[in-house]
Amino acid sequence: MITVFDYFTLTMVAIVAVATITSSNLFVASMWSGIYSLLMACNFFILDAADVALTEAAVGAGVSTVLYMGALSLTDDKEQVSRGRKILPLLAVVALGLILMIVTIEHPRVGDINAPIHQHVAPWYIEKTPEYINIPNLVTAILASFRGFDTMGEVLVIFTAGIGVISVLSFKPKRAASVSGSELGKQIRGLHHHAVLRVVGKLLIPIILLFGLLVQFHGKYSPGGGFSAGALFAAAIMLYGILEGADRSAHAMPQAVMLKLAALGCTIYTGVGFVCMLLGHHFLDYNALWPSNPKLGQYYGILMVEFGVGLTVTAVLIMIFNAIANRATY
Amino acid sequence: MMSLYDQLPILVITLPLLAAPVVAVLPGRGKLPWLFATIASALTFLIAISLACRVMENGTIPYLLGNWEAPYGIVLSIGPLSVLMAIVISGASLAGLFVSLGGMDKEVPPPHQPLLYACWLLVMAGLIGIVTTGDAFNVFVFMEVSSLASYVMVANGPNRQALPASFKYLVTGTFGATFYLIGVGYLYMMTGTLNMADLSARLADVADTMPVLIAGGFLMLGLGMKGALFPMHAWMPNAYQFAPSPVAAFFAACSTKVPLFVMVRVLYEIVGHHLGSYGELLSGMMMTLSVIAFIVGSLIAIYSEDLKRVLGYSSVAQIGYMVLGICLGTSAGLTAASIHMFNHALMKAALFAAVAAVVVRTGSSKIEDLAGIGKKMPLTMLGFALAGLSLIGVPLTAGFISKWYLIKAILEIGPLGIFLTILILLSSLMAVVYIWKVIEVAYFKPTKIEIPDARTEAPVSILIVLWILVLANFWFGIDPEFVLSLARSEAVDVLGVSK
Amino acid sequence: MNLLGLYNYWVYLFLLLVGMYTVFAKNNYVKRLIGLSIFQSAVFLLFISMDKVAGGTGPIFTGNPVTDAVFANPLPQVLILTAIVVGIAGTALGLAITVRIREEYGSIEESDIRKMDDQS
Repeated sequence: MITVFDYFTLTMVAIVAVATITSSNLFVASMWSGIYSLLMACNFFILDAADVALTEAAVGAGVSTVLYMGALSLTDDKEQVSRGRKILPLLAVVALGLILMIVTIEHPRVGDINAPIHQHVAPWYIEKTPEYINIPNLVTAILASFRGFDTMGEVLVIFTAGIGVISVLSFKPKRAASVSGSELGKQIRGLHHHAVLRVVGKLLIPIILLFGLLVQFHGKYSPGGGFSAGALFAAAIMLYGILEGADRSAHAMPQAVMLKLAALGCTIYTGVGFVCMLLGHHFLDYNALWPSNPKLGQYYGILMVEFGVGLTVTAVLIMIFNAIANRATY
Repeated sequence: MMSLYDQLPILVITLPLLAAPVVAVLPGRGKLPWLFATIASALTFLIAISLACRVMENGTIPYLLGNWEAPYGIVLSIGPLSVLMAIVISGASLAGLFVSLGGMDKEVPPPHQPLLYACWLLVMAGLIGIVTTGDAFNVFVFMEVSSLASYVMVANGPNRQALPASFKYLVTGTFGATFYLIGVGYLYMMTGTLNMADLSARLADVADTMPVLIAGGFLMLGLGMKGALFPMHAWMPNAYQFAPSPVAAFFAACSTKVPLFVMVRVLYEIVGHHLGSYGELLSGMMMTLSVIAFIVGSLIAIYSEDLKRVLGYSSVAQIGYMVLGICLGTSAGLTAASIHMFNHALMKAALFAAVAAVVVRTGSSKIEDLAGIGKKMPLTMLGFALAGLSLIGVPLTAGFISKWYLIKAILEIGPLGIFLTILILLSSLMAVVYIWKVIEVAYFKPTKIEIPDARTEAPVSILIVLWILVLANFWFGIDPEFVLSLARSEAVDVLGVSK
Repeated sequence: MNLLGLYNYWVYLFLLLVGMYTVFAKNNYVKRLIGLSIFQSAVFLLFISMDKVAGGTGPIFTGNPVTDAVFANPLPQVLILTAIVVGIAGTALGLAITVRIREEYGSIEESDIRKMDDQS
């Protein structure tokens, strides 16, 4: 049964991808891309990757669609369909596809337990994690502890995106006049006329925030962790901004404060590593944090590090949303 | 208990990473962000030098992150070439920052500078992270750290054309990184590990399977896109032309060399031995592309009208030389490529520093606007001319050492080598042409743009950096022992006795 | 059944090609960014398809001996979590640059922008 559903969702993903790129109305294309992400998340879930499914749904289907919409409201929403220059890329791409298709014959099959990747490093993780780290969620254990250095790099990537968007959008556009915040608010508070959206939306915001908290702190026991939690928090604020007006969400979560929180999150992560170093151990060696009981040290280390991740992701995504949504006021 | 000395390998990466968020929240007035960034770069530079001395004595330094052993955790693996590259990167950062002291305010207004300098530190940290790590996926993560920060820095350029240039850079860079990731994915699929040394060991069992070959192809393709190897070089001259000049100085000196470094690691340590007959094919293809790169790159440089663009295409040519050295597959070739990675940084940083000075004073980097600058800015143009000599490869300069070792390596491969040598000399002649073009306009044409400022010579900070770099060019041209020993020991480490 | 175990990989290839084609052949910046994100998510599918083990469950210890017996491979999931975040970071930055390009040039079609740049 699952197998049939598996093939079904895979085929749907392929079809939706084609729909996405062939729509010439960009708003429609970004909605399709949201559906695409959601189907991808379903696929990931069927393939037993629950953490990834959660993150892809929150980030791809949620945050990403809002950002596209925000950007599209500031640019054109119809694509000019051009003729020509399509044959050569099409041929090149099809040729590459045929070559790679032949290569797939030598892949290990999906689900095959004898594949090389299930023989080598993974069994060690499965066997040794209860011994060293004692956290039920293996993915979090690997993410935050065994391969914590990668995750640190990733936090810095998202931080860079945040300061990059602020930096790029901090240049004033050449425009006749810019709209003030309250003007903008009056212009777009049209959603106030939609009573159902307004009431239900506002009811949802605290529930989303609560769920975000659950995902953040329960990430050791169930799918979750800092990234999905951060995306969920940001999604709640974005919902508020959409319902009440972006000027209000920028007022509630000011950019300067968000920048400092994002920097704080990164510093928490690197700071934990430095604390471990100052205590005489390797960088990011959480055993240093509680020498008498290393497992507890790992627990607290992962807790703090995931908190730093969640903080940075939340702050950065809110910063990016506010920057794009409030562009008219620059 | 570990001492500070033991922690240096990780500090060289994490010090700038710790500093970057702090710099981002500093206020935009005054020189505080610049100061923080410069102190962080200087410390990193000193750490890199101390690591270099350690590597020369003891060989490759490993470092276990989180105290987990490979392949279960991530390990750093700092070898001779790693540490040479780390010196280049942190040195280029330091040089660029001193050029910024005089040259940045004109191109990027001070309120935008804290975020810019934060991105600067992130680029430096990311690049050093790439060259010191021993884990294939970690390379991807740090590659994205440095790349994203680079896109932001290019987009801060004063001209509106910086924006499409940055977008093109973003698209090409993301493609390159994703191809790299696909390559790593295929390798992982066939071996189950991500650690480079472990991959090398396990690939022996699955050597001739198709996914491994395709992995090698994707890895090279991705790294070629990132490293601006012809024909995927189109983003680079644009990005360098429109980025703020000090930023261009920093990038030109180091950021395209790091993907080439990863190419060396991939070809020599991971995949190269296991490609079989396809290895010859790959090597041949890359040699052809690198030759086209240095011929075509030099040619386009001759016809370009903007000084930064000329230098950008000249870099395309120089990357061609480096890739030629790498894909020869011999110890001599690798040594030559490594030496050139270092020397090219010295040359290009000096050249771009001079350009930054000119832009500060005249506001333009078009060649025709440089008319008569030689009299107004004598020290700057003399520095440019001397660095240009190094680019051409005149004896007593660093450029000559690079070309000498490259030609020596090429002649080892037989009759084809003689043909390649002729092509290299031809491209050196073309370098003479485009450098002379600039010199001629600067010294022999009547002045076109009047410099309003009373002090017409370049800002002192830029002059100091420029002349330190120019003198370094001559120093390393006369006594290349330091660079040579690191390059040679890398070749020995990686290739064993011979190949 | 031998070839059906490859269906995931064929879909990944298709998505890869769709994404690549969009970025090369389309003119509009936002469309190209969407194509880029499809391209990247194809790679996610590649990695996650690798991690499934027949009869396994998600890699979380629940204390239930039946589900704890066989786990899917946790390592590709970790890698892809990182890659997803990297992807959204690039997309956000690309969108910000596109917004600015629209303000400076008045268009987000590459051919228009190239024309304007050549004239200047």
